[in-house]
Amino acid sequence: MSRIFKFDNDVDTDQIIASQYLLLPNIDEMKSHAFESLDADFASGVKDGDIIVAGDNFGCGSSREQAPSVLKALGIKAVYAKSFARIFYRNSINIGLPVLVCEDLHDNVTAGDEADIDLTAGTVKACGKEFTCTKLPEYMQNILNAGGLIASLNKEEN
Amino acid sequence: MGMTIAEKIIARAAGVEEVKPGQIHTVELDYLMSNDGTTHLTIDMYNNKLKNPRIADKDKIVFIVDHNIPAENPKTAAVHKKMREFARENGIKFFEGKGVCHQIMFENFVEPGQLIFGADSHTCSYGALGAFGTGVGCTDFLYAMVTGKSWVMVPETLRFNLKGKLREGVYPRDLILTIIGDIGANGANYKVMEFAGEGAHNLSVNDRFVLCNLAVEAGAKTGIVEPDEKVEEFINEHGRKADNMYVSDEDAKFLKVYEYDLDKIEPVVARPDFVDDVIPLSQVGDVKIDEAFLGSCNNGRIDDLRVAAKILKGRKVNPDVRFLIAPASNNVYIQALDEGLIDIFMESGAMVMNANCSVCWGSCQGVIGENEVLISTGTRNFKGRAGHKTSKVYLGSAATVTASAIAGKICGPDEL
Repeated sequence: MSRIFKFDNDVDTDQIIASQYLLLPNIDEMKSHAFESLDADFASGVKDGDIIVAGDNFGCGSSREQAPSVLKALGIKAVYAKSFARIFYRNSINIGLPVLVCEDLHDNVTAGDEADIDLTAGTVKACGKEFTCTKLPEYMQNILNAGGLIASLNKEEN
Repeated sequence: MGMTIAEKIIARAAGVEEVKPGQIHTVELDYLMSNDGTTHLTIDMYNNKLKNPRIADKDKIVFIVDHNIPAENPKTAAVHKKMREFARENGIKFFEGKGVCHQIMFENFVEPGQLIFGADSHTCSYGALGAFGTGVGCTDFLYAMVTGKSWVMVPETLRFNLKGKLREGVYPRDLILTIIGDIGANGANYKVMEFAGEGAHNLSVNDRFVLCNLAVEAGAKTGIVEPDEKVEEFINEHGRKADNMYVSDEDAKFLKVYEYDLDKIEPVVARPDFVDDVIPLSQVGDVKIDEAFLGSCNNGRIDDLRVAAKILKGRKVNPDVRFLIAPASNNVYIQALDEGLIDIFMESGAMVMNANCSVCWGSCQGVIGENEVLISTGTRNFKGRAGHKTSKVYLGSAATVTASAIAGKICGPDEL
């Protein structure tokens, strides 16, 4: 089971990881600062396999790939939102972090709820209901399945 | 079926006759730009993750150190050193301390009709010269650096027909904030914002930069102003080529068409913590400020500095306000020196910084403290963007920022 961390609309990448940490040497040094301004307990509380459920326009603003990277490094298994800002969406797929558009999930769950997720089927079971996510275009799904864009490139060069 | 400007640029980059929204195409990039916000991670991946590390075409790659320059601590210095050495070893174009990355690209490289990826969200600025620039992360950048290629999904286009002229005291900054306030922070998500009409052609290329630069704050993949003889003139003056001046066909399909009368635009500000929370300046109320910032890729050009100098001449910055000014590039800085603008700034009590991202980036210069209020020409006003999480950022034009620095509260020049 995955525990839900819930966020509202228009969460920008500055909130996910602030500018002042981006020039640290690597993602491991940055990750403890994830969501520092919005939820100071996030980085210490999140466990491997947990998920984020958000409203509209998740990941807007800066193109910093550090944003999806710190979430993945902390163990976030997937991000579900009503909609995503495009650069965050693309960056997440490129690093192999599943991002799924799910219209109804946000309005039906509370932070801390448990969810049973099926990434292959694109479904989430939570609060006694099942939610279905929009399928990714095949091209992007293939990148995700390969484990990200660089893994996909390395595979092409076999 | 006719095509939009963006569709024509993608078709050229994909080497096909026609493209349609929703299609995914493999494209060849004209330039790849990366700055010190992420390049160290790209280099680490290049060195450690690739089976066959190589650079497809070093002449298309530009590294620019502009975010934390000069370095403020040893970790940043290490990031810059890594970039500098990688660029040197691989023959990559390298700029350090010369200005904000997008201004450097604008002054030196961008040509109409090009498709450019930049590892920075404000790469969408290049539409000022009729190019398609878009922001990517470091993995996309790395893939493109290695292969010379990438993929794009053809976006739909929102068309903004502009008519008339901005009144005196109203700036492109007010126009684009008004538009973002109208359509919202995701009003153009995944889409292109195309600006056309005689109102667009009345704007200088510097003004167009301001419009395209903030397109990403409405979620857009890019912003493009229909190129014309002003673009051609700029490109020729800078010794570059204007071979692909694409305009949308008569029968091109737009997802939506908006009409804006520039004569009706008034000065506005965006309130904390969202760029789309836009209100008329006249309704902002009594907001005291601790700091003012003039600069960034949005408003650090000579036009903005001239506006500020005209207001500041013979006046003093309010003793309770720190006023920081950062020209967008060294070329802008030198021009401002030649025109005597820097003297005016210094005499007024402002601090003139080196050409860099400065306060807009919130990590290097002019960081604000607990509960402090900043009025800025920067690109964003997100929670904590300029420093402490309880601090507040208002966005406005160069004129509004300068007048506010003098008054100690948010206002326009007519209230001084």
